[in-house]
Amino acid sequence: MKILVCISNVPDTTTKISFTNNDTTFNSAGVQFVINPFDEWYALVRALELKETLGGSVTIIHVGTSDSEPTIRKGLALGADDAVRIDTEPSDAFAVAEQIAAYSKDKGFDLIMAGKETISYNSAMMGCMLAELLNLPFVSMATKLEVAGTNATIEHDIDGGTEVLECPLPLVLSANKGMAEARIPNMRGIMAARTKPLQVLPAVAADKLTSISSFTLIPGRTECKFIDPSTPEKLIELLHNEAKAI
Amino acid sequence: MSVLIYTEIAKGKIKKSSLEAVNYGSRIAAQLNTTATALIVGDVDCTDLGKAGAKKVMKLKNDKLASLDPQYLSVAIEQAAHAEGANVIVFSSDFSGKAIAPRLAAKLKAGMVAGAVDNPVISGDSFSVKKNVFSGKAVATYTIYSAKKVISLLPNSFAVELNDTTAEVVEFAVNLDNVNSPIKVKEVKKDTSELNLADAEVVVSAGRGMKGPENWGMIEELAKALGAATACSRPVSDMDWRSHHEHVGQTGLAIRPNLYIAIGISGAIQHLAGVSGSKTIVVINSDKDAPFFKSADYGIVGDAFEIVPKLIQAVKNFKANQN
Repeated sequence: MKILVCISNVPDTTTKISFTNNDTTFNSAGVQFVINPFDEWYALVRALELKETLGGSVTIIHVGTSDSEPTIRKGLALGADDAVRIDTEPSDAFAVAEQIAAYSKDKGFDLIMAGKETISYNSAMMGCMLAELLNLPFVSMATKLEVAGTNATIEHDIDGGTEVLECPLPLVLSANKGMAEARIPNMRGIMAARTKPLQVLPAVAADKLTSISSFTLIPGRTECKFIDPSTPEKLIELLHNEAKAI
Repeated sequence: MSVLIYTEIAKGKIKKSSLEAVNYGSRIAAQLNTTATALIVGDVDCTDLGKAGAKKVMKLKNDKLASLDPQYLSVAIEQAAHAEGANVIVFSSDFSGKAIAPRLAAKLKAGMVAGAVDNPVISGDSFSVKKNVFSGKAVATYTIYSAKKVISLLPNSFAVELNDTTAEVVEFAVNLDNVNSPIKVKEVKKDTSELNLADAEVVVSAGRGMKGPENWGMIEELAKALGAATACSRPVSDMDWRSHHEHVGQTGLAIRPNLYIAIGISGAIQHLAGVSGSKTIVVINSDKDAPFFKSADYGIVGDAFEIVPKLIQAVKNFKANQN
């Protein structure tokens, strides 16, 4: 089975976010970048588990500049066989989907996986757009994935519940929590990753449909008002009269 | 060239998040000097769609649409957009919106903003749309340049407004002869609780401080008294004390209720990422140095096992006095 996993390069979850250039650019100075957790913990690790039981290969694809290479190497250290980097700034989800579609359309992947969203732009669009560009079925928010022969059985989250689907391969899916347990690369994996193939390809012409013109930080809360634990009714009164929350 | 809004049914009624989207779409329509048209699949009373601002409701008709498969729906909505000459299509950014809207946007080569939190600012042919980024830590203003635009609205960004307006309801036959989705639905497990966590106005959430799943009775009781949905922190769902559907935070569900009550949750930055959009936050924790107090509006330092039962009683007294 040939699996392609799409990974994003995102600031670590504990990053203090700031902006530069008159609030038009994310300030990456001193920021630790990681594989987007949804791409890593759920999509990539489940892909590796499937490869271990069913055979085949796992390729990582990333759209981004050479700054992302440590992140790609981490994916290889976890156990992916090879990686492809499309050398361009990932301007928006559609532009990324166009790049990945152009690369993957004639490569015969059985399964293309991505995380449900990035923790940086939180759009949850790329995988679904990619499926449309490749004219493949798409399953969003998958929490379980089993493959038998050329068929996948997938459990995924829907509004107010879950759904179990069957779909023949090939397909595109986005992975949510539950797909797999997080893994930590071991020393052998890290050493092996240094020499695994990482192919850098030029970008194809892509559409520019959207861009970000500015960022604003969301201000924190002013101050916490403390209520004596012996008088919780005081809290209810404040929630009703002051916060108008109940 | 009306503005289209895709809407859905839940538990026999128009979804709350769909009504929010119709309000939103009708405000865009007013800015563009046009009208809003709501799309729906299935049989339901459409009065509320009119009250929310739709001038017209198109009931999408084709047997293949019954399972709400996004591959069929995206084609159906494309056909409706073509028939209406619509360039702007609005969704709710709920689970189904996330599975349909990007597919439609890619089909139409429409610039898309997912999870909008404010009305677009329209200047000529381009829209400026704000959305939350970096998991609720910042807002980004996106510009959409393309003629066709798809926007999904983050649920609970605006309260639903219903007026004395009505919509004309028409049927719209969709042609799906050339579309075949290979996806087969084997089983649907619907959450039987009355309240959908993503939609809930009030959420009672608990963490490791509750010591074990056997102690959730009081959390559920408090939620019931408040008419709230229940949620939990990541360790709680990782240890299987609660279903992962209840996990709110960076890697779980992001929610923004009116009121979020966190009990026995220390408030790691990853948890805050999923709940910081809540309008009012209450934190109950025995550790006065718990970081969550820095992001709370109201706090109680103390033992949850003593405070929560008292709080339940206080809520019951309050509700009894209201009636």
